[in-house]
Amino acid sequence: MRKVSFPYMGTSYIPFNKLLTALGNEVVLPPRPNAETISLGCKFAPEFACYPFKIVLGTYVQVLEAGADTLVSTGGVGPCRAGLYTTLQEKILKDLGYDFEMITLEPPGRHLKDLIESIKKLVNTRLSFRDYINIGRFVWKQLTLLDKAERLSHKVRPLEVKKGETTRIYKKCVDLVADAQNMTELSEVEREIELLYEGIDKKDFDPVKIGIVGEIYVLLEPSANLEIEETLGELGVYVERSMFLAGYTVSNAVMDLFHMAGERDIKKLALPYFKEMCGGHGRESVGNAVHFAKRGFDGLIQLSPFTCIPEIVAKSILPRVCEERGMGFLAITLDEQTGKEGVRTRLEAFVDLLAAKRKKAKLMQKSQLAKEMS
Amino acid sequence: MKIGIPRALAYYAYYPFIKTFFEKLGLEVVVSDETTKEIMDKGVEDAITDACVPVKLFHGHVKNIKDRVDYVFVPRLVSVNNEATFCPKFLGLPDMLECSVTDFKNMLEVRIDLKKKRLRLFMLCMSVARKFKKGFFTAYNAYFKALYSFKNYAHQFLQGGIPPLGIVAQRKNSPIRLGVVGYPYMLYDPFLSLDLIKKLINMGVYVVTPEMVPEKDKLKQAKKLKKTLFWTFSNSVVRTAYHFFEKRCVDGIIHITAFGCGPDFIVDKLMELEAKSRNMPYLTITLDEQTGQEGLNTRLEAFVDMLKIKRTKKEAALA
Ligand code: SF4
Ligand code: SF4
Repeated sequence: MRKVSFPYMGTSYIPFNKLLTALGNEVVLPPRPNAETISLGCKFAPEFACYPFKIVLGTYVQVLEAGADTLVSTGGVGPCRAGLYTTLQEKILKDLGYDFEMITLEPPGRHLKDLIESIKKLVNTRLSFRDYINIGRFVWKQLTLLDKAERLSHKVRPLEVKKGETTRIYKKCVDLVADAQNMTELSEVEREIELLYEGIDKKDFDPVKIGIVGEIYVLLEPSANLEIEETLGELGVYVERSMFLAGYTVSNAVMDLFHMAGERDIKKLALPYFKEMCGGHGRESVGNAVHFAKRGFDGLIQLSPFTCIPEIVAKSILPRVCEERGMGFLAITLDEQTGKEGVRTRLEAFVDLLAAKRKKAKLMQKSQLAKEMS
Repeated sequence: MKIGIPRALAYYAYYPFIKTFFEKLGLEVVVSDETTKEIMDKGVEDAITDACVPVKLFHGHVKNIKDRVDYVFVPRLVSVNNEATFCPKFLGLPDMLECSVTDFKNMLEVRIDLKKKRLRLFMLCMSVARKFKKGFFTAYNAYFKALYSFKNYAHQFLQGGIPPLGIVAQRKNSPIRLGVVGYPYMLYDPFLSLDLIKKLINMGVYVVTPEMVPEKDKLKQAKKLKKTLFWTFSNSVVRTAYHFFEKRCVDGIIHITAFGCGPDFIVDKLMELEAKSRNMPYLTITLDEQTGQEGLNTRLEAFVDMLKIKRTKKEAALA
């Protein structure tokens, strides 16, 4: 039996695990990126590799050590490096003497045949057409539920009375989703998630709102972004992220298949500032920034891995976007040297600034109202 | 009407075309000064800190020229063939400039995307000509003159010259042949590359750069990689290196890369691994705005000496 493993990103390992097991593989679960992962990654990756590259490489070393013989990863087509990850990682790992097969899932639009070939390699059991449908439905449901649990946690965390409760509940929800065995159980879990969040004691106030944009991996993997959402939530901030797992899967796979440009309006929003698709998620970052501003967010945080090309381009544009629209802006660059405490201090200062700005705006409004009345 | 061309990035790859075209259109062409410390500093001032050196330098050249001309030509180089685009920073260059250089109002942005369309370049030139209210025949003439001048330029490279550095020919009987690979705007900017190529030539080395390897030899190497890289210049660099590996027509390879360059970490590692397995001496030199002459000289000398010793040993073994 194939022993399959894959990169760790957020909670995506849950549906991935289900999917690969259902297709008849043994899965070696990747560990959550930890200090060891990062130090392995840094040791074997070129110095200027972007942070996600290092983390993923470190993960690969760990799972290969744990006995995996097949690595699955998504390719993605340029113009950014993400799509080239695997080519280079494979070479580096082989050079280190590991023996394995690398299966890259290319987006279906351009390489449909390759994709089918790759998938065939991963199907190692007899399945009827019905089975496929069922597996597909189940995994999709898991994805959406995981996203839902996360969205709710963002909403509730700033309002929680007891610190840390939301995080605890969120973890519980993730476990529930992971443990569900069939569709009926998943539907039950869905209700339970809602109930759990409702059960949290909440304060009643209007929190400062911050939108987060940036490169997908550091956005979706909390250990790469030093749990920024948790930190912000506990500072009493409502956080919204521009990308979620399910959304990402859709735009990457389905849209690509039909050659639809995903997230059309987001791109349109970016147009006045950013006229070219430049790979990665640079343009989405700008478009989402405009979108957040339109919805009245107080601030914007951009997360980018060190030396990330598209985000560097975005970074030179974002300050202007935010200034024009009266939104605070903070850019955080992440790599193995970024410390959680340092980031925390910067976040605190940023949140204070936004809160002060808000107060000032309110006062202005009041005095204006008073003037008009008199 | 004066049109300014910043002496950076795309300039080094395509300037004969750009320059001839505008000149034949009847415009006065002003190229920004050769890179100096001052221009570099100006660029560093305005560009965002984590940009790579060549992009910062472009900012500097724009500032150097923008007040002296009516328009500054800023290409948005998207693609010149069907297989790849340029580095994302080329794609977003005008957008970055607009935001970083605050008082830059006279940008002539031209989007160059030649993918999948023949005659695209011709059409593009026509539309640029129209902007300046030039007639069809002037433009037609300018286009062909430009093309001719570019072909001539490419040809000079194949003859062993390096026109942007004013090198017409190299001594064929140099004891050492060295592949020097890197992007044109790194190799051919004497300030940025610390005049590395000339230094090597003075050490008695015959230098071969990617531009000096015929296009069809590079294409032959394309299949060697599982996946084509996404970036035109990177493809050219990697393929040149693979060509050297296969034909063994050089004694060693030097890769010149910029500090903070995104694509190069892949390019460099790919070549390094391949060089290792093929037993080819390989040296990476990373340049930034502060690289010192001294350190570089010693490293180059050591590398060349090593190659010379290797060579004598080999010859002794053969004799
Ligand atoms: S988007 Fe950024 S982090 Fe992702 S592969 Fe590209 S450069 Fe690396
Ligand atoms: S290829 Fe490298 S050096 Fe060239 S613009 Fe892109 S990041 Fe900069």
